[in-house]
Amino acid sequence: MIDDPALANNSAAVEPERYEFRAPAAHRFELQRRDFFKFLGAGVLVVCALKELPAQESGAQRPGGFGFFEPLPKEISAWMHVGENGTVTVYTGKVEIGQNIRTSLSQAVAEELRFPIAGIQMVMGDTQLTPYDMGTFGSRTTPTMNLQLRKVAAAAREELIALAAKKWNIDPRRLEAANGRVKVSKKKKSISYSELVSSQQLTTVIPADEALVAPAQWTVEGQSIPKVDGRDFVTGRHLYPSDQKLPGMLYGKVLRPPSFGATLVSINAPSFDLADNVTFVRDGDFAGVAAASAEAAERALASLKAKWNEQPQLSNKDLFAYLKNNPIDVKGFEGTSRYETGAVDKDLAAADHQLRQTYTVSYIAHAPLEPRAALAQWTSSGNMLTVWTGTQRPFAVRTELAQAFHVPEDQVRVLMPDMGSGYGGKHTGECAVEAARLARAANAPVKLVWTREEEFTWAYFRPAGVIEVAGGVQNDGTLSAWEFKNYNSGAAGIRTFYEVPSQRIVFQPTRYPLRQGSYRALAATANHFARESFMDELAHAANVDPLQFRLKNLKNERLRAVFQAAADKFGWTSAKPAPGHGFGIGGGFEKGGNVATCVEVAVDRASGEVGIVRVITAFECGAIVNPDNLKNQIIGANIMGLGGALFEAIEFQNGRVLNPRFSKYRVPRFSDVPQIDVVLLDREDVPPAGAGETPLVGLAPAIGNAIFQAADIRLRSLPLVPDGLKTA
Amino acid sequence: MANVINLRVNGVVHTVNTDPQTNLLSVLREQLGLSGTKYGCGEAQCGACTVLVDGNPRRSCITAVGTAANRHITTIEGLEHHGRLHPVQEAFLAEEALQCGYCTSGMIMSAVAFLKANPNPTEQEIARGMEGNICRCGTYPRIVAAIQRAARKRAES
Repeated sequence: MIDDPALANNSAAVEPERYEFRAPAAHRFELQRRDFFKFLGAGVLVVCALKELPAQESGAQRPGGFGFFEPLPKEISAWMHVGENGTVTVYTGKVEIGQNIRTSLSQAVAEELRFPIAGIQMVMGDTQLTPYDMGTFGSRTTPTMNLQLRKVAAAAREELIALAAKKWNIDPRRLEAANGRVKVSKKKKSISYSELVSSQQLTTVIPADEALVAPAQWTVEGQSIPKVDGRDFVTGRHLYPSDQKLPGMLYGKVLRPPSFGATLVSINAPSFDLADNVTFVRDGDFAGVAAASAEAAERALASLKAKWNEQPQLSNKDLFAYLKNNPIDVKGFEGTSRYETGAVDKDLAAADHQLRQTYTVSYIAHAPLEPRAALAQWTSSGNMLTVWTGTQRPFAVRTELAQAFHVPEDQVRVLMPDMGSGYGGKHTGECAVEAARLARAANAPVKLVWTREEEFTWAYFRPAGVIEVAGGVQNDGTLSAWEFKNYNSGAAGIRTFYEVPSQRIVFQPTRYPLRQGSYRALAATANHFARESFMDELAHAANVDPLQFRLKNLKNERLRAVFQAAADKFGWTSAKPAPGHGFGIGGGFEKGGNVATCVEVAVDRASGEVGIVRVITAFECGAIVNPDNLKNQIIGANIMGLGGALFEAIEFQNGRVLNPRFSKYRVPRFSDVPQIDVVLLDREDVPPAGAGETPLVGLAPAIGNAIFQAADIRLRSLPLVPDGLKTA
Repeated sequence: MANVINLRVNGVVHTVNTDPQTNLLSVLREQLGLSGTKYGCGEAQCGACTVLVDGNPRRSCITAVGTAANRHITTIEGLEHHGRLHPVQEAFLAEEALQCGYCTSGMIMSAVAFLKANPNPTEQEIARGMEGNICRCGTYPRIVAAIQRAARKRAES
């Protein structure tokens, strides 16, 4: 149990949401330019520098502008190599976890380089080969890495045109690049990129703010390009972290405490079967085994006899009172925050209608279908560690490993094979550290794959929370006062986008009973649930249509547009719900995306069964990079969101998770999926933002609001109906 | 206790020396190197480990390898023939019916078996038939569309 976040920040049991936004450590990049070409072969190298370039490098677009032996800038976001063998290789620290950036980033490069997408290799999330990256989270890949790679690819294209101009002694303005070749405009004469870069060793460093092709002129971006390596997935050929293998590899198992916070008092290691080749490790509270097969490791683990010292722990029946009664002061970006304007108490008291309600949100699990997995290998001298593992933050896992084993970071390499999803749940490196500990003891490579039960118990959860809201509204439907206080679940999406003259908005960190961290959309889901449910309650109190009430108090044009688009497609004003049915709406803005969701539910009062009849989500995140993948993400977010909205909740008692299995923890399945339609609003004039998270946040309040209309029962806790609707 | 067991996987006979109680999933992945079949839960709740045994879908995570001896086992690796994808594999690609893809092997194997028993299914029948397979990324509607596409293709051919 980590019940002190300040302490947690300094321990191995990190609380990722709190450091998601922390600035990276200064990057030390030691490669010389010549090292690159030794490694990559001849060609053109373009490097994207994050920080201001030294004077002699600024604007350095022409080949040969600076010394071959100079070190490259220290803060780099990405680099790209156009090789004489006809390959284009792109290096980025971002990782592929199902959000499809291997494809969308390839599109960005293909677009600007004018190169066939099939010829582009993306090297991702390898701490030895790719530039430092804080991690793949916060819907940041599209607004940052996509732009940077476009800039890198555009610079490479200009470099190639310059090379051709020099070769043919021709004005570069008469040249154009297309399909991997530079050609003379309106002439047949052309040359391939690979011929152009033959035996060249050219480096270009570009700053992160080059002019770019506007979305309206896109030909590859903006298209529904299929997943670049899709065939590897439908044939089972793709190797996930849990599929990695090395010769002589052993299988690991870790002994888990019986409850959170238990400490290991003593343990006896019996004599193991010699044939199983067992290595046993005890190091503080850590105990584990490595053996010749997974079954041998399980046998060895089962034979261990341990004595644990357990501490009394909180149970979920006391959760919300505990959060409410245990505020703590936390400094820093994700610490206590308070925003206040106007005269909240006075305006609340003077409002024609006043309302005050409390909402709660349970702990839920990410439950990525691939549990945590790692394969760790030490060199025979024991000072170089390589780990293949599933994580959204390979560089942070490298730091964790370096700290855990007291070795410098440059002696640790973390590789992240495209993994079986994360949803914000794999920011940490527990499994990597455990595998590396066993591998060091065994003096052999060790693979550790967490069981489903371990993943449900020893990973971390989406934070539970209590949210208190008060509001005042005038008879004409104008909001006059707004008070919003979130205990523990987080500050993401906490500010209201409605126009209210008097506001008090507080995020209050508290002590908490379970290990908690990031989850797709962070606390925006909880805060939107409370805000959009409460808006519905206010609309009913003031006797105004919930959509009109929102629009009356909303100036933001992009957000108004998605509310209107969702409502139009849904038939909000024209259609009327059948008896027992209800309509609900909810939406908001987060991470550059605007979302509105309309839902129709059907409530069977006799059985308490709540059916979701249909869902319409309108979404706008600027210029659309890949429409089909965007739809895939929006529908996927809604389906994942159904679980947290309707029935997902971690049940825990005295330090034990009571439902750590798919047979006890219900997740959405085929028959839970309603008809879901998506309305995409394409804003070609707005740079693209990420879309993996925000489409989730409108669903839960829309369902709750629809249930209220259908059954006249207001639900204020997520999940809404874990055991059906209690109508009595 | 270890026994010698003959396993006929994707048309090839393998001899493994293992406890017949060992689960088939572990033998496929660790001893035969067929890692396309995935571990997801170990209790037959998620479908990621689905393989065909004599044409019937089986959750390999709870199937004792001894019970599969000398029977015809098909894994995801066995669907492709001479570089040609199975129609269900093709349909999953055509519908882009995946995100992270970790459930995909099990989905495809379940769908192959399902279509054999229900060549012309409705959406509701697909949902019922595939209920034991979990996709956490939420690509269910695309998987339904892919299964329908494969069914149409089969009807046309």
